[in-house]
Amino acid sequence: MSASLEQDTIGAGSDARWMASALVTIAVVAVLGLVPLYTTLTGNAFLLTLFTRVLILAIGAVSLNLIMGYGGMVSFGHAAYLGIGGYAVGILAKEGVGSGYIQWPVAVAASALYALVVGALSLRTRGVYFIMITLAFAQMIYYVAIGLDRYGGDDGLTIYQRSTFGGVVDLNNKTVFYYLCFAVLLAGIYLVSRIVNSRFGLVIQGARANERRMRAIGFPTFRYKLVCFVIAGALCGLAGALLANHTNFISPAMMHWTRSGDLIVMVVLGGLGTLFGPLIGALVFLLLEEGLSRLTEYPDLFLGPILLLVAIYAHGGIEGLLRGGRRG
Amino acid sequence: MLYFIEQSLNGVQLGMLLFLLAAGLTLVFGIMDLVNLAHGSLYMLGAYFAATFAVLTGSFVAAVALALIGSLIVGMVLEVVAIRRLYERSHLDQVLGTFGLLLFFNEAVRLIWGPAGMTLALPAAMLTAVQIIPGVFYPVYRLVIILAALAVAALLYFVVMRTRLGMLIRAGASNREMVGALGINIKLLYTLVFGLGAALAGFAGVMQAPILTVQIGMGENILILAFVVIIIGGIGSIRGAFVAAVFVGLVETVGRAFLPDMLHRILSTNAAATLGPALSSMSIYMVMAAVLVFRPEGLFPAASR
Amino acid sequence: MAEPLLQVDGLTKRFGGVVPADAITLTIAPGEVHAVIGPNGAGKTTLIGLLSGEIPPHQGRIHFDGVDITQLPVYRRSRLGLARSFQITSLLTGFTALDNVALAVQAHRGHSFRFWRDARREQHLREPALAALDRVGLAERADVRVERLSHGEHRQLEIAMALAMEPRLLLLDEPMAGMGPDESAQMVRMLQKLKGNVTIMLVEHDMEAVFALADRLTVLVYGRIIASGDPAAVREDAAVRQAYLGEKDGGQGARHG
Repeated sequence: MSASLEQDTIGAGSDARWMASALVTIAVVAVLGLVPLYTTLTGNAFLLTLFTRVLILAIGAVSLNLIMGYGGMVSFGHAAYLGIGGYAVGILAKEGVGSGYIQWPVAVAASALYALVVGALSLRTRGVYFIMITLAFAQMIYYVAIGLDRYGGDDGLTIYQRSTFGGVVDLNNKTVFYYLCFAVLLAGIYLVSRIVNSRFGLVIQGARANERRMRAIGFPTFRYKLVCFVIAGALCGLAGALLANHTNFISPAMMHWTRSGDLIVMVVLGGLGTLFGPLIGALVFLLLEEGLSRLTEYPDLFLGPILLLVAIYAHGGIEGLLRGGRRG
Repeated sequence: MLYFIEQSLNGVQLGMLLFLLAAGLTLVFGIMDLVNLAHGSLYMLGAYFAATFAVLTGSFVAAVALALIGSLIVGMVLEVVAIRRLYERSHLDQVLGTFGLLLFFNEAVRLIWGPAGMTLALPAAMLTAVQIIPGVFYPVYRLVIILAALAVAALLYFVVMRTRLGMLIRAGASNREMVGALGINIKLLYTLVFGLGAALAGFAGVMQAPILTVQIGMGENILILAFVVIIIGGIGSIRGAFVAAVFVGLVETVGRAFLPDMLHRILSTNAAATLGPALSSMSIYMVMAAVLVFRPEGLFPAASR
Repeated sequence: MAEPLLQVDGLTKRFGGVVPADAITLTIAPGEVHAVIGPNGAGKTTLIGLLSGEIPPHQGRIHFDGVDITQLPVYRRSRLGLARSFQITSLLTGFTALDNVALAVQAHRGHSFRFWRDARREQHLREPALAALDRVGLAERADVRVERLSHGEHRQLEIAMALAMEPRLLLLDEPMAGMGPDESAQMVRMLQKLKGNVTIMLVEHDMEAVFALADRLTVLVYGRIIASGDPAAVREDAAVRQAYLGEKDGGQGARHG
């Protein structure tokens, strides 16, 4: 499937490299599809939990990649959407609204609304300003969550009942939940693949390449970027709803600004502006984190320098390395 | 009213702290065009150094001095080893790299000092409170913080505006090639500037150490407030950073102290209890949003630096 | 004389103490090629910025086809048919030549809030784009990425993008900049083919090109118009000779910030 989807991405290398990248992508998707089978056979419930988390954060990374990789908008507040989506589910559950048909649309709508406000304010600026403003607004949401004493304040809130869908899907079944996340992720990637090749997507990528020129040829770039920002926020809000259901728990910590940093790391690690890069980045980052914390008591002592080295040397992330493409 | 004065002074004190942090950030950004997420780590290290040297030397003053030197050295070494490789990179790469440094420093501190926090005891002379106006007592140490930060601000202003180093800093900010062409060692200049920024952050940490618990991650949330200061003040402007820092300090402190009460008068008790803390923590970001609507480049854009 | 396509009245812009546009008044008639020349720093690029909407003026009015466009943002002017090329090549890197031109077409064919269909398969975007590439002689390079095109090809692509917007007035900012003699000659031939079909305001240093193309000529020095009219007449104008044409060294000496 990736043959037609990735035709436009920048930095493609030779055919052999491209084949390697496609093969890795197919292998990763196939392995992810088989994870529940393996964990059922071996009874390794922990692994299923870990990979469910990978899928959910990959959805967040896919949405971030839409604005950051394709749109050139380095948003450092993306964890706020995870939080807003999660709190929508948690607050509604606590107030007695357990239906996912209500919870999830509210999660998506609230995230989209927040994105609209933050985007309208921050997209008037660029560069470092944009990074710091998205960061600051996300921090505001973080403090708001801490101030919500009724919903656990600093300590967070346990969700006793996962979202219900009138018997259509049972989220309490871990395998079902896993495949639901998997389906949402693949749908999200497909959505992005359609968007980036559409008229809208070309405008967004054009604005990243040369915004001044795009205005000169007649595009009001601000509103296109704003709509893109809102789409990404809405998708990440859905990931937040999934995350709350996954952990049965919400807390301000899920939107601390360093979580936004994690999402950025995943996108860059996987390869900016590539369709499956965010998935690969999320997978590698979370497995690396998990593996390092088993090997050593001080995992970040190694993870930190790895990120520094990636920033200095590995332009284009893992996809870039596979393709041999370099980009600035 | 007396409570209001006390809270305002606390606001000024927070503002001074934010100025020390924001000045270093904005200097490094304005001159090297670098976003440094690890700036909060230098603040944390300053606090740890001070607490450690206080134990080792038994002297508060010696601890402060050694911690400052320590921060300066860490900053300069950091610049040579890692930071200078990020200048020519995109802001995204800088974000990623310095985020990695932040993770590294948090973990390194845990390895060296352990997961439990530390405290720094003040000398007895600073433990008292003075009566600043009739009826208002204010801790001596907090006044010392305000005065020390004001002194640093004045010194910084003097260095940037009146010295050869400052002239180079200002020239470097506006024209990298020109400074290079004049034969000035720009690498050394950048190392010094980054070290200076680190020392300022470290100094903020040192000053704050006796008031807070010295702990891992203590620089993370205050870093974002320093960003808010820079957004409001205008990137690259020391003067903007100073004005905005005091302003942010006041709004943050006074807002948190008085907004819940004011809400109680407007809303029902129940609603106020739920929303009060949440809304009061939003106040400073609302101010920031308002500034962005009317002055997207901040109150003091760098051109008027 | 016909109703002017572009009418500029008393347009003024100051940057600190420098006045790159000092009460500029000029008209451009439909169909003409109007060249603007002047020494470095005369304010030629500022004039283009003012006309295209990137720089807001302090004073003055701009009317385009009878509509006051002084306050309109860049993209609105572009949609009215005011297209510009950039002196320093300003293309969409990462895209092919055809993509660049097709985006210029897309900007003028309805809104782009279309999220699903593959825009590269929309023939009514691709075909006019290819036609525009063909007009500048780049059709064979349509699928080559911008980064792999030569400097001359970049200049041609700039023109193709401007043409694809079906402009009524083309603002060309030094289209020959950085070109060798052969490339320049080729560009002149291309612009001669356009002449009559499109109204052009041409800012250019290359005097040979200017006299080969221009119907009318305006000379700008320190933000002020010192002469305007028929090229042959302007060439004879004493003020122009002194300020610019006659003594090349004097022209270079007039350079300022």
